[in-house]
Amino acid sequence: MSLFASRKTRYVDTDILVIGGGFGGCGATYESRYWGHDLKITLVEKANIERSGAVAHGLSAINCYMGMRWNENRPEDFVRYVRGDLMGLVREDLVFDIARHVDSTVHKFEEWGLPFFKNEATGRYLREGKWQVLIHGESYKPIIAEAARKSASEVFNRIMVTHLLPDRNNPERIAGAIGFNVRTGELHVFRAKAVIVAAGGASHIFRPRSIGEGAGRTWYAPWSSASAYGLVLKAGARMVQMENRIVLARFKDGYGPVGAWSLLLKAPTTNAYGENYEAARLDEFKALVGKYAETVPLPTCLRCHAMLEEIKAGRGPVYMHTERVLDSKEKEEIGWEDFLDMTIGQAVVWASQNIDPKERPSELITSEPYIMGSHATCSGAWASGPEDCAPDDYQWGYNRMMTVTGLFGSGDTIGGSAHKFSSGSFTEGRIAGKAAVRYVAEQGKNLPQVDEAQIRQLGQVLFKPLENYELGRAEIVAGTVSPSYITPLQGLQRLEKLMDEYVGGISTFYMTSAPMLERGLELLTLLKEDLAHLGAESLHQLQRAWELDHRVWTAEAVLRHTLYRQETRWPGYYYRGDFPKLNDAEWHAFTASHYDTESGEWEMGKLPVHQIVE
Amino acid sequence: MPTFTYMSRCDGCGQCVDICPSDIMHIDPVYRRSFNIEPNFCWECYSCVKACPQHAIDVRGYADFAPLGHSVRVLRDEKTRIITWKIRYRDGRLKEFTFPIRTTPWGSIKPPFEYAPPMAGSLSSPLLAHEPEALMVVALPALSALGPQH
Repeated sequence: MSLFASRKTRYVDTDILVIGGGFGGCGATYESRYWGHDLKITLVEKANIERSGAVAHGLSAINCYMGMRWNENRPEDFVRYVRGDLMGLVREDLVFDIARHVDSTVHKFEEWGLPFFKNEATGRYLREGKWQVLIHGESYKPIIAEAARKSASEVFNRIMVTHLLPDRNNPERIAGAIGFNVRTGELHVFRAKAVIVAAGGASHIFRPRSIGEGAGRTWYAPWSSASAYGLVLKAGARMVQMENRIVLARFKDGYGPVGAWSLLLKAPTTNAYGENYEAARLDEFKALVGKYAETVPLPTCLRCHAMLEEIKAGRGPVYMHTERVLDSKEKEEIGWEDFLDMTIGQAVVWASQNIDPKERPSELITSEPYIMGSHATCSGAWASGPEDCAPDDYQWGYNRMMTVTGLFGSGDTIGGSAHKFSSGSFTEGRIAGKAAVRYVAEQGKNLPQVDEAQIRQLGQVLFKPLENYELGRAEIVAGTVSPSYITPLQGLQRLEKLMDEYVGGISTFYMTSAPMLERGLELLTLLKEDLAHLGAESLHQLQRAWELDHRVWTAEAVLRHTLYRQETRWPGYYYRGDFPKLNDAEWHAFTASHYDTESGEWEMGKLPVHQIVE
Repeated sequence: MPTFTYMSRCDGCGQCVDICPSDIMHIDPVYRRSFNIEPNFCWECYSCVKACPQHAIDVRGYADFAPLGHSVRVLRDEKTRIITWKIRYRDGRLKEFTFPIRTTPWGSIKPPFEYAPPMAGSLSSPLLAHEPEALMVVALPALSALGPQH
C-alpha cells in the first residue's frame, strides 16, 4: 500500500492535447484552433508558457527565414543547405515542408508585434546571414505565448507529464497522457483523441564543462530534459538519428551566440597565434569525410572539429576577434544586444572578467554534446511526411504523425529534419496541428480508451520517489547519503559521468568506440535499475526525478544508435575510434530504433535517405 | 550567474516563483521571501529578475568562472515596450543599452478563431492558416515539378 495512494486525481478530456508550450507547442495550439474552431485544445507545460522552452530567455535572431517575397531564397535552396550541413542525411520532404511554410509564420510574428531590424535602404528584414534575420527578441516568447493562450481552450502550467497513455484495445494507438502538478501534487490524467508532443530536447545528458554552482550554464537550457524523446520512445515510437548529437562552438563559459559576430559583424576567428586554422585543415577534412569536406558553407561539425583539434594541439585559446570589428556605436549595440536578448550570462562574463569587446578578443570553445531535433542536428521520432512531396515509404498517415497512431510531434521531437530553430519549430507545430485536426475529424466516433488499471499502476509508480525518500530518510540521521535511495541530482551526475566517459563527451574529446559503448551500456543499465530507487524530498524533486527518467531513456537511445552506426559521419560532434572515417557505401542511411514496450527489447535498423531535391 | 534575493526588498509576492522556467525560485518558509533553491539549475535567463515588482532579485556570476564585483541590472517596461540594461564592470566601467521589446500593445494579437472559419474541404490541402496571403508570394511552393521519388 503506497503512502501516496490517496492523492487526488483530475481527469481532463480533450480533442487535442499539446504537450510542451515552447515554440513547437505554441504553433500546434494556434493552428489547431484555426482549423478546429469548435474543438477542445489543451496545452500542458511543466513551467509557465510565458517563459518556457528553449526561447524562455529570448532570442536575437530568427535563423530560419526564406524571404521568398523578395526572391532571397527558395525552399529547395534551404534543403540543399541543410543536407550539406548534416553530411547528407536529412528527411528532405520534412525540411522542404518547413521551408515552404516558414515565411508565413515569420510574417505573422511581425504582425503580432515582434520587432525586426530592417535594412533602411530596402525596407527588408536585416539579414544576419543567408537564412538568419535579426530581431529585438527579448520578448519573443511572451509574444508567442500570448497567441497560444488565446488559442487554447485551457492551458495547464506546472504539470510535469511523465508518460503517454496507449489505447487499451490497441497499444499502437495513443489515448492520452499522465502527469502531476508540481505545486499541488495532484495526479492529472489527460484523455485525448490526438496528442502532439512538442517537448524539449536534452541538455545535461553529458557532463557539462561548467561545474558546481555553474552547472546550470549549459548552452542549451537546463530545463530541456529530453521529454521530447523520453515520452515518445517509451510509447513505442520509432526513433531516428539519435546518435546525431550536437556540439556547439560558442563563447567560452557564457555560451554566448557567435552568429551575429561572425556572419554580420564579420569578426574573424583564429587560434592563439592569429592563424585562420579552418582553411589550413581542408586536406585533413577530405581524408576524414571525402567529398563532404567541400560543402559550402563548411558543415557545423567540421568547424567544431577544426577548433577542437587546435585546442588539442595546444594552439588555444581560440579567439573571436570582436575588437577588430566594433568600429561604431551601432555595431557595439548589435553585439551587446545579441547577448542581452538571449544569453545574458555572456554579458556577465565580460563584466566580471573586465573584457570590453571593443578592446579585447574573447575565447571560444566547443560545448558538451546535446540531443536536439531543431538545430544543426536532427535526432527524433520518425514521422509521416507531407502527402504532396514525401516518397511513399516516408508516409503512412497524417503529416508529422509518428509510428504510433494519433501521436504527432513538432520541434525537437521530430527527427531527420534539422535547422528548424524557433520559426521552423513553430511552423512544424502548425503543420502537426492542422494534421491532428484532420485526424480527429476523420476518427468520428471511433475513440481511443485509456486503461484504468494502467492509470492506477502509473499513479503508484509516479509518486514512488516521494515514498522512497520518506522511508529511506527515516534510516539516517541527516544529510544526503542513504543506502536505500539516490537523489535525482546524484542520479543525474552518474548519467553525465558515464555518458561523458564512454559515449563521446568532452573528457575524451568526443571519442568513443564499440568496447567503450558496450561498457557504457552495462553501467547505464545499472543506472536504469536504480531509477526505481530515486528519492524525492519534495514535489520539486519529484519533477527532477522524472526529468532524469526521460534523460536516462534518451541516453540509452543515443548510446544504442551510436553503437549501431559503424562510421564517423560528423567529426567534431563525435568520433568512433574503431571506424574513424565517413563510409557512404554502408551508412548513407538513417539509423532507426524501436523499443518494444511488451518485451523491453530494442530493435535497430536502417531507413533509406531519399534525395528529393537535386 | 545564479539569482539571489535581497532580504530588504522582497515582499514574498511569488511572481518569481510563478515565472521561473526551472522551478527553482521558491518561498522560504521561515522568512516568507523568495530564494534560489537550486543555483546549479539556474540558466541566468533573468525571467525572475524581470518579473520582480520590487527589483529584489539580482544575479551574481557563477562562482566557477565569474570573478566578483560586476552587476548586470535590467528594467523591462511593458507599457513603454522598452528594456534598459545597466552593466557595471568589476573595474567600475559602466555601459548602458536600451532596446525595444514589442511594437504592438500587449494583448493585441488577433486569436485564430476570430478569422473566418476555413472553407470546407481545405483541411486536406497543404495550406496552413493565412496562406497563401501571409507567405507574400502567389502560391505555396510545391516539389512535384522536380519529381519526387514515388
